[in-house]
Amino acid sequence: MASDGISNSGIPDRQQIAQQRLRIIAGHLQKPLDTSDGRIRALECNAPDNQPSGATTKTVPRRRQEVMKWNGWGYSDSRFHFNKKGQAEFTGKRYRLSGMIMPSLKDWFEGTFGANIQHKNFASAVLSPGAVRPPTLNEAFTEEVRSTGIPYSSDAEDRVFRGHGHCLHEIFALREGKVGRVPDMVVWPNCHNDVVKIVELACKHNVCLIPYGGGTSVSSALECPPEEARSIVSLDTSQMNRILWIDEKNLTAHVEAGIVGQDLERLLGESGYCTGHEPDSMEFSSLGGWVATRASGMKKNIYGNIEDLLVHVKMVTPRGVVEKSCLVPRMSTGPDIHHFILGSEGTLGVVTEVTIKIRPLPEYQKYGSVVFPNFEMGVACLREVAKQRCAPASIRLVDNEQFQFGHALKPQVSSMFTSFLEGLKKFYITKFKGFDPQHLCVATLLFEGDREKVLQHEKQVYDIAAKFGGLAAGEDNGQRGYMLTFVIAYLRDLGMDHFVIGESFETSVPWDRVLDVCRNVKERITRECKDKGVQFTPFSTCRVTQTYDAGACVYFYFAFNSRGLGDPVRVYEQVEHAARQEILANGGSLSHHHGVGKLRKAWMRETLSEVGMGMLKSVKDYVDPENIFGSGNLL
Amino acid sequence: MTSISLYSPRNPMLKKRDDFEDMLEERRSSSDLKYAFKCYTPVLYKGLPPCKTTMLKSMVLQSDQLHYVINQISKETGEVAGAIQEEASAILEEMAHRLQLSTVRFFAFALTKAFKTLFRSISVNEEGIQRLQQAIQDHPVVLLPSHRSYMDFLLMSYILYTYDLALPVIAAGMDFMGMKIVGEMLRMSGAFFIRRSFGGDKLYWAVFSEYVKTMLRNGMAPVEFFLEGTRSRTCKSLTPKLGLLNIVMEPFLKGEVFDVSLVPVSISYERILEESLYARELLGVPKPKESTSGLFKARKVLGENYGSIHVYFGHPVSVRTLSEGRVNRCEFNLQPRFIPRKPSDDTQSFVNDVAYRLVRAQEENMVLMPWVLLASLLLQAHYRGPGCSALGPEPDPHHHHGMTLEELTLQAVWLRGLVRGFGAFLHWPDDKPPSEVVSASMSLHQGLVRVSDGRVWLLLKEPGGPGPGTPEERLLGVAVAVLSCASYRNQVLHVFLRPSLLATAIHIASSGRKEEVFNTFSFLRNMLANEFILCPGAAVQDFEEACQQLVKSGALQVSQQQVTATDRGQPTLAFLTDMLEPFLQGYQVVCRYLCEEASESLTEKDFVPAVRNFTVKLILAGNLRYCEALSSDLQKNALAALLRLGAVHRVNGGEQVTLKVDKMVLNSLTDTLGGKLPTQKSLLARL
Ligand SMILES: Cc1cc2nc3c(=O)[nH]c(=O)nc-3n(C[C@H](O)[C@H](O)[C@H](O)COP(=O)(O)OP(=O)(O)OC[C@H]3O[C@@H](n4cnc5c(N)ncnc54)[C@H](O)[C@@H]3O)c2cc1C
Repeated sequence: MASDGISNSGIPDRQQIAQQRLRIIAGHLQKPLDTSDGRIRALECNAPDNQPSGATTKTVPRRRQEVMKWNGWGYSDSRFHFNKKGQAEFTGKRYRLSGMIMPSLKDWFEGTFGANIQHKNFASAVLSPGAVRPPTLNEAFTEEVRSTGIPYSSDAEDRVFRGHGHCLHEIFALREGKVGRVPDMVVWPNCHNDVVKIVELACKHNVCLIPYGGGTSVSSALECPPEEARSIVSLDTSQMNRILWIDEKNLTAHVEAGIVGQDLERLLGESGYCTGHEPDSMEFSSLGGWVATRASGMKKNIYGNIEDLLVHVKMVTPRGVVEKSCLVPRMSTGPDIHHFILGSEGTLGVVTEVTIKIRPLPEYQKYGSVVFPNFEMGVACLREVAKQRCAPASIRLVDNEQFQFGHALKPQVSSMFTSFLEGLKKFYITKFKGFDPQHLCVATLLFEGDREKVLQHEKQVYDIAAKFGGLAAGEDNGQRGYMLTFVIAYLRDLGMDHFVIGESFETSVPWDRVLDVCRNVKERITRECKDKGVQFTPFSTCRVTQTYDAGACVYFYFAFNSRGLGDPVRVYEQVEHAARQEILANGGSLSHHHGVGKLRKAWMRETLSEVGMGMLKSVKDYVDPENIFGSGNLL
Repeated sequence: MTSISLYSPRNPMLKKRDDFEDMLEERRSSSDLKYAFKCYTPVLYKGLPPCKTTMLKSMVLQSDQLHYVINQISKETGEVAGAIQEEASAILEEMAHRLQLSTVRFFAFALTKAFKTLFRSISVNEEGIQRLQQAIQDHPVVLLPSHRSYMDFLLMSYILYTYDLALPVIAAGMDFMGMKIVGEMLRMSGAFFIRRSFGGDKLYWAVFSEYVKTMLRNGMAPVEFFLEGTRSRTCKSLTPKLGLLNIVMEPFLKGEVFDVSLVPVSISYERILEESLYARELLGVPKPKESTSGLFKARKVLGENYGSIHVYFGHPVSVRTLSEGRVNRCEFNLQPRFIPRKPSDDTQSFVNDVAYRLVRAQEENMVLMPWVLLASLLLQAHYRGPGCSALGPEPDPHHHHGMTLEELTLQAVWLRGLVRGFGAFLHWPDDKPPSEVVSASMSLHQGLVRVSDGRVWLLLKEPGGPGPGTPEERLLGVAVAVLSCASYRNQVLHVFLRPSLLATAIHIASSGRKEEVFNTFSFLRNMLANEFILCPGAAVQDFEEACQQLVKSGALQVSQQQVTATDRGQPTLAFLTDMLEPFLQGYQVVCRYLCEEASESLTEKDFVPAVRNFTVKLILAGNLRYCEALSSDLQKNALAALLRLGAVHRVNGGEQVTLKVDKMVLNSLTDTLGGKLPTQKSLLARL
């Protein structure tokens, strides 16, 4: 939805609805063809020219570096920079913000971080060939792979691209041109059967396999264990990206696991459907990756998290293929084996195909926002909304710091962004009297459904908000909030260009502890930075991004000016470690959706108990006794 | 435990302390009225506006915590929740403060007048005030002053008012409530009142703890209470009470606040208003009830000079920092936080350690006046002399040996060097000749000491006390004087405590083997753990500290195996053993009483009077010279120690609690204490 959703909603209602209807209709027209097509072709997949219609416009090529940055976030053509006039600018044409200038960003940036845009620390543009150690290849394995015809490569660029996710330390090292242990080889299976072959060969030749989906991991899950002596093969699922069939009766779709979120939604959209699963990384993250990390999408209130969407899953393990025998909504057959697969983080096998729930595209979408006098009131409101179980598709509450950050991103000229800042100022003097600009915070909302219901729903939510001192603050403000989540990863690269480093992390908490966790973690970050010699107070901010019956998901951003620090990444890691410690001490979870990977492994035992660890371990020992899937995540 | 960084470096000589400013100086040269009406705009926690007490009360009454307890009680007793809620409301009414600036201003005015006549100076470390000001803005603050006088909390509020700091809310004992007007005035100056004992009363506890926690969580005002629980009548620190400390730590432990700052405050009086009052109380002369008229009678003190007061605001201690690596806050994750719950053993022992550390921090920043050294020397001289046993029917004035002024001065100078070496916070004006310092000290304490013909001795007859009467009455007079004097010596005891324990251990131990000396040291330490501030579990650390200090002062040589006294160390060691002697003798008297005299039906209530009678007899018979053994404080501490060590057991028999003696254990403790038995492993093991 990155570009899609945003572009739609700036358009006046009636026009927007009309457009959406058209799309739905277009989808319907296409559908019969698509479905039958899929059903037939699902059976064989080797022929490259045999692909179902949609996949011809696939986003992710084998050589990812041709469209994406090898040492930063996202598309190569899209990035922030400060232009000659010192104004922040977003390049490219892909996004709503592309080509725009954000005049207030510089002041915000320099003021918040004590940074100076004249201080530059640009990334090295090309990967020096000497930086990458030559691959440790298992000749016999390579030979047999070659004979299967499955594409593979041990080109340095290909390997480096698959040796990391998007943790700060990973990107930071790449920017400096430093490369650690990376996969020795990349293979691109085209379908389930290819995966079966590769896994068999890996077992036969004792090769270590690491599945690779969209590469958006933020838990060091894709990092190669440096001590791994075997040849490490990255199994890139990106070419397994077809929708194999759509079943309108049961509202399910059967999809190959390598498909990335934006393709999945676009292709389903052509048939008038969607999954509604929209993690912020959906442009790049893959269906298999979601399953493997227990991902969560921003519209989970309507559509559910990945575990709710999953009807059937097929995974290739060293022991063979694991899957259930039927496509049913629920079953009582002992512990759900799906839950061994969900969150397995590539340690048990490769998810190859998924049957996922789909929904008709919503007829109507509307953004909204509410301003609260302070964060406490905002949280109380979200709690009430959750209690009444009337949460819109998405409801997020950002704290004051993030609210101000949002402001700084306001583009100079744009029809869609009405003059919010000015509006707000006026707002103050009239309606907002008594709202302290240093304390107020904003909830952003996204409603979906048929028009009538959306409007009704909207009223219900605004009424609740009013009880907590909340005032409706317009659609633009809401929309901009969501836009921020798509550009934030690009902004991190801009920060790093000027010595500012940062990252986000998340947790889930019971309702009664939300405020405590937010306060304590933010303050812990500030204090730790100070202790570690960070000169300028860090940017430490949070938002409540999901509501549940029994609690909420809280998301933290944390960034600081690292200029003058000897080892910025180490400081960063120590602070993040302390922050996680603080989260746990305050009753938060180790992770709500990012997963454990290697980054948070150290806390697994205290999180799950000794016996719990043993249970996971015994599954691993049974499924993968030789540790073929040796990424070393989780356990 | 060693990791707790409450103090400055290990080497006490390196301790750096702030300078003092006399805050009365300005008062003497400007209008009191203007001062009382000065502009008062304290900074508050995170710059929040102050919160009304009515708001505080409703927050407490509406809290989940309280509701939970009310519902529980309702279920247990069948009483309707509404009635219990009303009861809670009444408890809160009785308890809550009603801080009012006008009352504070009134006190500011009245106290200024009083202070200016009573005291030469009130000195405060202003750097400490600045630190406190910062602390108040950053985190909820708990003020923990030492408690030696009724004056303490008024003085605290007075200082904070003067420096424009947020006024504290103070936990005060209910006995003040007896004084109608004064009680209400104290309430309006920030005191809240808690019943002395409410052991099993769940509702009371819930209201009380929620009241304190609500103030802390919201940073409404600094909370102030006395770790020692009550005024120390002996002027040595009392072992800390944990109830309130547990309460104020909870908001941090449960994650409700980021941190809590604990600020130990040491208030040292050069002369204590209640001096002889305390001595009488300890001797069982009933204390006057705290009544308004009683307080007004106290006006007679107004004519006298009470010297100077030093108030030292210690470094704020972060509970968060202290708890690092010691407490796993996750223990509170698996239950809603409104359900009252006993913390884990680890957490409890952590709180206990912190309490001890804080009291030690108070001790370390207590300013010692030269008089405490003189009192120590004079008291030792007194015990070396004929002492109380010379209480014949006609006391011979020439029998009061005392010592010559020169001797005293010389010894005082020697002692000054010793205490400084041990890191004491001694306020000795080095710019004046020692003789002048000595005589100035003595003139301030005319009531306790007499100088004539170049000789100095303790004034053993209470001024204005009964004339020659029965031996018992005369003994009482002497004891009042001795205990008054001891209350000054006691102020310096914490400085000597560890070296004194070591010196005594060397003295008692049958050999100089380090292991044996250590065992004896541990034994003594354990025996005296209710008497002095000895951090639990820190025996090894204390031993090392004591060795280090004595080696440094040249009194000891310590090798891997051996602890040896040096020749030139003899005077030091003798002085140090003498410091502890009154206590050890006192404990032996208690043991003897329990062995020889205690009946099967001895009740806890009768214990103190019975021991006192026994002690009086011993003294009058000339078998004991230490009339400090008459102190009920010592007797109670000894009993607590014996109970803890299993030599005595409490038996709950209906109305009364009786004490059962385990003769075996008691005898072996007594023998070891008297140096008759080597400290055996087996005995130590059971301690
Ligand atoms: C900017 C940004 C925003 C994000 N927002 C969200 C969000 O809103 N919600 C959310 O849940 N997460 C979010 N994430 C985290 C990340 O996108 C998710 O963890 C995502 O599910 C990872 O998918 P991927 O396809 O990129 O997997 P990868 O990063 O390639 O791999 C992640 C892990 O899954 C394993 N894996 C991948 N594919 C398979 C497969 N087919 N079979 C078996 N194992 C496999 C890998 O071995 C690895 O251990 C975000 C990350 C970024 C950088």
